[in-house]
Amino acid sequence: MLEFELDGKAMQVPDGTLVIEAAHQAGIYIPHFCYHKKLSIAANCRMCLVQVEKAPKPMPACATPVTNGMKVFTHSDLAVKAQKNVMEFLLINHPLDCPICDQGGECQLQDLAVGYGSSGSRYQEKKRVVSDKDLGPLVSTDMTRCINCTRCIRFTQEIAGLMELGQAFRGDRAEVMPFIEKTVDSELSGNIIDLCPVGALTSKPFRFSARTWELARRKSVSPHDGLGSNLIVQTQHNRVMRVLPLENEQINECWLSDKERFSYEGLNSQGDNGRLTKPMVKQGGQWQEVDWNVALDYAAHALRDVAKNHGAASIGALVSPHATLEEMALSAKLMRGIGSENIDFRLRQSDFSTDGKRQGAPWLGMKVAEISALDRVLVVGSFLRKDHPLIAQRLRQTAKKGTQVSLIHAADDDLLLKLFAKAIAAPSQLPTLLAEVVKAVAELKGAATDPALAKVEAGDTAKKIATSLVSGSNVGILLGNFAQQHPQAATLNALTQQLAGLLGAKFGFLGEAANSVGGYVAAAVPFAAGMNAAAMLATPRKVYLLLGAEPELDCADGALALAAMKQASSVIMLSPFKSQAALDYADVLLPVAPFSETSGTFVNTEGRVQSFYAVTKPSGEARPAWKVLRVLGNLLELDGFGYESSEQVRDEVLGGKPEFVSGLNNSLAGVAIELAAAAGVERIADVPIHFADALARRAPALQATADAVAPTARMSAAMLTKLGVTAGEQVKVGSGGMKCPEAGTAILVAKLDSGVPDSCVRIAAAHAATAGLGAMFATVTVERA
Amino acid sequence: MALLQAINPLLSAGWQRDGHEWRLENDSGWRLKDYEARGGYQSLKKILAAKMSPDDVIAEVKKSVLRGRGGAGFPTGLKWSFMPKGSPEKYIVCNTDEGEPGTFKDRDIQRFDPHAVIEGMIIAAHAVGAARGYNYIHGEIYELYQRFEEALDEARAAGYIGQNILGSGLSFELFAHQGWGAYICGEETGLLESIEGKKGQPRYKPPFPANVGLYGKPTTINNTETFASIPYILRDGGDAFLNLGKPNNGGTKLFSVSGHVNRPGNFEVPMGTPFPKLLEMAGGMRGGRKLKAVIPGGSSAPVLPADIIMDCTLDYDSIAKAGSMFGSGAVIVMDETVCMVQALERLSWFYYEESCGQCTPCREGTGWLHKVIQRIEHGHGRPEDLDLLNDVSNNIMGRTICALGDAAALPVLSFTKHFKSEFEYHIEHKKCLVPREIQKAGSIFHTRLMAGATC
Repeated sequence: MLEFELDGKAMQVPDGTLVIEAAHQAGIYIPHFCYHKKLSIAANCRMCLVQVEKAPKPMPACATPVTNGMKVFTHSDLAVKAQKNVMEFLLINHPLDCPICDQGGECQLQDLAVGYGSSGSRYQEKKRVVSDKDLGPLVSTDMTRCINCTRCIRFTQEIAGLMELGQAFRGDRAEVMPFIEKTVDSELSGNIIDLCPVGALTSKPFRFSARTWELARRKSVSPHDGLGSNLIVQTQHNRVMRVLPLENEQINECWLSDKERFSYEGLNSQGDNGRLTKPMVKQGGQWQEVDWNVALDYAAHALRDVAKNHGAASIGALVSPHATLEEMALSAKLMRGIGSENIDFRLRQSDFSTDGKRQGAPWLGMKVAEISALDRVLVVGSFLRKDHPLIAQRLRQTAKKGTQVSLIHAADDDLLLKLFAKAIAAPSQLPTLLAEVVKAVAELKGAATDPALAKVEAGDTAKKIATSLVSGSNVGILLGNFAQQHPQAATLNALTQQLAGLLGAKFGFLGEAANSVGGYVAAAVPFAAGMNAAAMLATPRKVYLLLGAEPELDCADGALALAAMKQASSVIMLSPFKSQAALDYADVLLPVAPFSETSGTFVNTEGRVQSFYAVTKPSGEARPAWKVLRVLGNLLELDGFGYESSEQVRDEVLGGKPEFVSGLNNSLAGVAIELAAAAGVERIADVPIHFADALARRAPALQATADAVAPTARMSAAMLTKLGVTAGEQVKVGSGGMKCPEAGTAILVAKLDSGVPDSCVRIAAAHAATAGLGAMFATVTVERA
Repeated sequence: MALLQAINPLLSAGWQRDGHEWRLENDSGWRLKDYEARGGYQSLKKILAAKMSPDDVIAEVKKSVLRGRGGAGFPTGLKWSFMPKGSPEKYIVCNTDEGEPGTFKDRDIQRFDPHAVIEGMIIAAHAVGAARGYNYIHGEIYELYQRFEEALDEARAAGYIGQNILGSGLSFELFAHQGWGAYICGEETGLLESIEGKKGQPRYKPPFPANVGLYGKPTTINNTETFASIPYILRDGGDAFLNLGKPNNGGTKLFSVSGHVNRPGNFEVPMGTPFPKLLEMAGGMRGGRKLKAVIPGGSSAPVLPADIIMDCTLDYDSIAKAGSMFGSGAVIVMDETVCMVQALERLSWFYYEESCGQCTPCREGTGWLHKVIQRIEHGHGRPEDLDLLNDVSNNIMGRTICALGDAAALPVLSFTKHFKSEFEYHIEHKKCLVPREIQKAGSIFHTRLMAGATC
């Protein structure tokens, strides 16, 4: 600890504390622009100059470490004069037209100019003008306003992992710009808007649509990936205008991924693919807008009649993993009330052999914040950067501090983090690769291995990964979305459990969706004789109840799902959105509220219970889904549907409002390890970041990003040669598996991707262009179109 | 002789040129055999043969009171002693970015005596324990960069650079690195950034390069002339070197004299030589005109009026006492034909042009200074402008990451202080105090043009 004096008050701070940090701890504000607690120190804005006793010159508080006995004056005449002088310099070339600047009212420069600026400028010369840059569909530029603090540059380099911005030219001609003809394509790019202390970088979708003081600020929780980022949703006239991060060091820190920040545009979407605002019933092949009671009666009748005539088991419910805990719980209760066990929210999962063998709800296996403390990490089966942008960011930071991160996966995407080792192979080989690591670790530890691994021989990469893991003292193994969706997910889980056991490591699942843990807690999974998501589609049901799900895009096998919906006698769909597919196959469309218009709870991947309120009133006649389900339960005369509030539902499910849910356990009992080989061309299906859920799919700005390009058939050079195709040509991809007779073909552009293993082709899922191809994990045929 | 004149020449003793043409191919004496013939690499051999410890080498350099020749004048031995002992990866860097207007001594050292720099760097590498070194040579002297590469090849072939130098167990690799002409890359940390392949921008200090330098490793950076002096210090001993100069100002120094003198060029004189002596060696004032002012240490040093500079001796202490800086030894002489407003306009343009743009006061302030001075020069000055210049300069001074801010402010402060009346005259009368015809008479360019020269 260091003792020093700050503005006359004695203080104690830990070694290495910077003056600005110490001051902020003590509640003393030091004006600054370039300093940001999550970024490296640049000390270039000079706004934080303070007086340090015995120092001949004012010192930048952001770059001056506290030393024992130091005396710092942050508001002395010398300090304030220095700060005011810097402010004068900052303003000479900065446009003084705050009323027409989008940042006006939330501008650090404007705010500090009130305190440190003068009422008139001594600068009478021409001002600098800087041409604007095209950074892509999300970030708008007004570069004349830039004060060259370089926060955005440091963000892209240090947090996002790729230097997509830089400062070119010298002196007052210096400009922040992307590389020539490039845009900023990071999945975290929106954070530079928050970081920019002036109006140089602003939100393109939000730009000039409202003033910050006109907006209501409400807390909410991100409905996208399993992290559960905390949000500030800003609304005006009952409309979501903008989403900003709510700082939570335990979860999203001060960041948001672009999906979380810009998906709100989908909340205001219109048209045939936009918001569903009125209950609709299909009669004689024609859609009619009806009153709620008519629609609900129709739905209740359909459910009751089919249950009566064909048995309740002929009804199946598919619930979106992005639905709230309350919605999931009431769906499950409704289904069980009418006597059906057929409910599932694990729509993209294909291996359900673990059901009944789990010791608890699968989860991250640790707190999110604990990821940063791991010293050895193995990630298995994950498009980490796009599936979990902020967890990837956490690993990026810890890798910089020396944590060894290794990867076993089917695609060699650039994670923009330093990997210690990586083993990339066809999807069917992932269990074998993981088994090799288990074997190698067992050998290093001198431990016995599962007899099922007798024939496994560890390769060099597996040995390298094993050596790394064995040398760690705080090891974590993370199974990504790809591993969870894998047809041998149970084997991957069991192997990971063995590996963790050998290492004394933590292991867990990176939750794919906002309620991947909550679905288990809400019992939105089939018990006993019920059918899981795959079974419900493979053996089609008479009636489907859909909650927030778009089966053709959200399920493991889109073609199969679409066929199942089409053959059903009734599809009752509770959704915030319309779609052409739904208008085609559904019979009742009940408009329900998206996360922004309902109260509810998400249980994030670490088991944290995060409840939120509606931030706006429901759009049109939409109603919160928990209320719709309650009424449906009442109409079906089921017991226990007398809820007055969503909190009541939550409290019933969780037994109150704990900070974390109980019953989390990743262990399996009695799962046999199977190491099978596959023949033929294997498909590697990623779920592109902005296609992953119904809301993101409807956000125009996100759909204009580089991450949202139409799916292609990505192959290695060897594969292209084998097919006699050159990159850029069209190929015809056919479903090679016999699982789904409805699966069709897709014409896609072939693309060279050296990160795809040989004899594989990478084709994104969750997109209309590829939904017809069938299962995400399957062998396919590829030929010249 | 390449050097125009010298007193007790040390550094320039071996500089040779055949014929009268100032062409590179006429240079002789820079090759390894010539350097060895005049006793080159003997200091290195002596150190290695005697197994002189790094501490002893540093002690000898400290004794010589060699002060950094790049401009700051920091004692070299002391700087070397800051390098942490025992860390495995350390670097040594030679700063040949010589960008200070008026300075051209390092150019001639590189031209006539590159092996002295190499030998100095090898000795320094031994002293600080560095296994790798770089010589950063600015872009405008590309031919000399090529020459340095040739010299490196010679030294490497002779076993002075590489593994196990002369069987001593010492290993050292030395590389040349070409700059591209940015003034800021002469600032030591900007130079390191540039070597690392980044935009040349100074780093905030601390940490100093001795702790976190090139590629984040401990690094010693010295000026070319500093390194070139090292072999002589080790040859003759620290005391002998110190005694060439005066206390606290050891050795001889190269001065680059430019401006209105009859014989502009490099001169080597002992530290403490009276300024009038240097002026006399440079052939005195051109056309017998009256001395008006001198910038004694490169363009960033405050200007001194004739009466003050004529009483100075050429050493750190005397010039500092007079209110300026010894700097890099670039002596810019101005006679009575100079309009000080115009001179300052040109100087301020340089700093405006060369500010790296990183920190606010310098990025914004250098442009402001230039614009106001330009306004005055062009007859649009306002009465409040002198106070404004003073304020802006003072607001830049001491508020920036590196010394460029000070370098931009000091000329403005000194010009407006010592020649205030000229600035006031300019503002009031919208023209120069020194009539245009007189200014033209003093301009070499103009006189040559009048004499019928085509350019």
